[in-house]
Amino acid sequence: MRTLDFSAAINEALRQEMTRDENIVVFGEDVGHFGGLFACTKNLQKEFGENRVRDTPISEGAIIGAAVGAALGGLRPVAELQFIDFVGCNGAMDQIFNQLAKMHYMFGGAVKVPVVVRAPCGSRYPVASGAAQHSQNLEAWFMHVPGLKIAVPSTPYDAKGLLISALRSDDPVFFIEHKLLYYAQRMPSLREKYPSLLDDVPETEYSIPFGQASIRKTGKDVSIIATMMMVHKSIRAAEELSRKGIDVEIVDPRTLVPLDKRTIVDSVKKTGRAVIVSEDCRTGGVAAEIASMIVEEAFDYLDAPIRRVSGMDVPIPYSPVLEGAAIPQEEDIIDAVRGVIGK
Amino acid sequence: MPIDFADLSKEELADIYTKMLRIRKFEETAGTLFAQGLIPGLIHLYIGEEAVAVGVCSSLKQDDYVMSTHRGHGHCIAKGGNVNKIMAELLGKATGYSKGRGGSMHIIAPEIGVMGSSGIVGAGIPIASGLGLAIDVKKTKRVVACFFGDGASNTGSFHEGLNLAAAWKLPVIFVCENNLYAISVPMKKSTPVENVADRAVAYGMLGVVVDGMDVIAVHKATREATERARSGDGPTLIECKTYRFRGHFEGDPKGGGVYRSEAEMAEWQKKCPIEAFRTKLIESKVFAESEIEEIEQRCAKQVEEAAEFAKNSPYPSAGEVSKYVFASNSHGENGK
Repeated sequence: MRTLDFSAAINEALRQEMTRDENIVVFGEDVGHFGGLFACTKNLQKEFGENRVRDTPISEGAIIGAAVGAALGGLRPVAELQFIDFVGCNGAMDQIFNQLAKMHYMFGGAVKVPVVVRAPCGSRYPVASGAAQHSQNLEAWFMHVPGLKIAVPSTPYDAKGLLISALRSDDPVFFIEHKLLYYAQRMPSLREKYPSLLDDVPETEYSIPFGQASIRKTGKDVSIIATMMMVHKSIRAAEELSRKGIDVEIVDPRTLVPLDKRTIVDSVKKTGRAVIVSEDCRTGGVAAEIASMIVEEAFDYLDAPIRRVSGMDVPIPYSPVLEGAAIPQEEDIIDAVRGVIGK
Repeated sequence: MPIDFADLSKEELADIYTKMLRIRKFEETAGTLFAQGLIPGLIHLYIGEEAVAVGVCSSLKQDDYVMSTHRGHGHCIAKGGNVNKIMAELLGKATGYSKGRGGSMHIIAPEIGVMGSSGIVGAGIPIASGLGLAIDVKKTKRVVACFFGDGASNTGSFHEGLNLAAAWKLPVIFVCENNLYAISVPMKKSTPVENVADRAVAYGMLGVVVDGMDVIAVHKATREATERARSGDGPTLIECKTYRFRGHFEGDPKGGGVYRSEAEMAEWQKKCPIEAFRTKLIESKVFAESEIEEIEQRCAKQVEEAAEFAKNSPYPSAGEVSKYVFASNSHGENGK
């Protein structure tokens, strides 16, 4: 078994699937010769040629629109948005929520639109400051649009397996990659702080079904439901909490659509307490949706109010001091868990 | 001077006339059904613009693609679409092309290359470029005809779609149906160039202006564009000057007469593309009047039958409201 980082795992999934299925094409800004801003498409153009791996103009509406059309024409396009923030640029958002998400439905099943949109999200604190337009977490937007599947992998192993599933799916998939996960290999300090960022990844192809959460740690006192980078922060918080005698369980949904409600609900029924950790803004966010689902499904089992640990309702600021304050940190998770336990 | 029929056979000319007339009859009947309250949504009729869809589609092969618009019934009929299924879709019936999920603005018929239509102005343009990309990657030698209006030429989607198609030399024919008004706003108030086709130069693309009331002129321009596209010379922008004889939508006050003068509307009515083509067919003696009348009776009957089919078709079952949100079954609880 080898250890891979997140980018390398994605790269390997793309390479293996492109070898298997010649209908898979990759395009986006700087994904070809340059290999992608975060190296996820490194060497793909060299290996598969300019016909299948294309650098696009800076034209997000054309990137997503062409992906929709290419899928209608029988390809399986992987369209990269360089940053998820760019989904609002040019005509991209219309193509996503009015076209891509709706076509299978509004045409009564007459066409399938198997597009994978890869989109890096999130704050890179404390590695790099991306500020307000290169750091957002927008996954809740896409949860609100029926017809899109949403993957939010937290580990290299999951990234490879979920991406392979996405590439074999007949539905449009938003594949959201938290940028801090990319830095594990090249930033020793980050890796030391969060050793769970690196992973053993099998060289063989494997797929992870959508809608199956992963229990990162079993515990009996509190259920933490966390996604992407927040999984790693929660693991670190759990270590600290265990020293205080608090035994948390960590559930990583891995996909937001479909959402593995059963695993989340079963965990909450077992522990009687839930803390939801999500980097996106608090209002109308992922944590709000999961919290209301838990209330609907497991209210009678709750021994304490649900707590959300979310990004603040502010644009992501530039200065590291401000940025760190705007997004959830281990201390926030610890405080929330202690709050619901009452000690 | 002999009348130019672009070397089309009698059979092909009959098909062109039939398709134009079928569109006209279909749209008139749809208008009537709308007035009777049988169509639950909005409809945008194609009456007056028939020469554009038929001129373009008569130059295409069965497996060539078409991207349609909110004013799209004519595109689907011109490509060979089934009028029963279109009418049923307008009425929200389970037997419609989109099984009642789409309605007038979301007609699709992939088996004849009609790859959908969008209620979002301009949105089909980048999608057409994507279809062109699929052709380019798969080397299938098909072409895409992408219909859109003059209003769409002011969207970012127009720029993004044409730019990509031109940059990658994709086999797309961009067909601007310039009916002079974006809903109520005249082109001269919204668009600082005289011809939409003038914009082609910005993409290093050939731009052509044709008389959109002349089906043969549209056919010829499209045929040349398909030849360029199939031989790898990339996209063409064809602007067809045309006019809608009805309002933007059924129910548009005074049939669009609030923002268009009576004189202007009357002037364009005189240029009716179907009457003009009928006259030519008879004057040239390619067709006897009786042959033309036979076509007319057949079209009227077909459309009557389509209306009956649609009226008698069942509505979709409310229990299936969530069907088709996802294509695959493995979508878990969230997809139910």
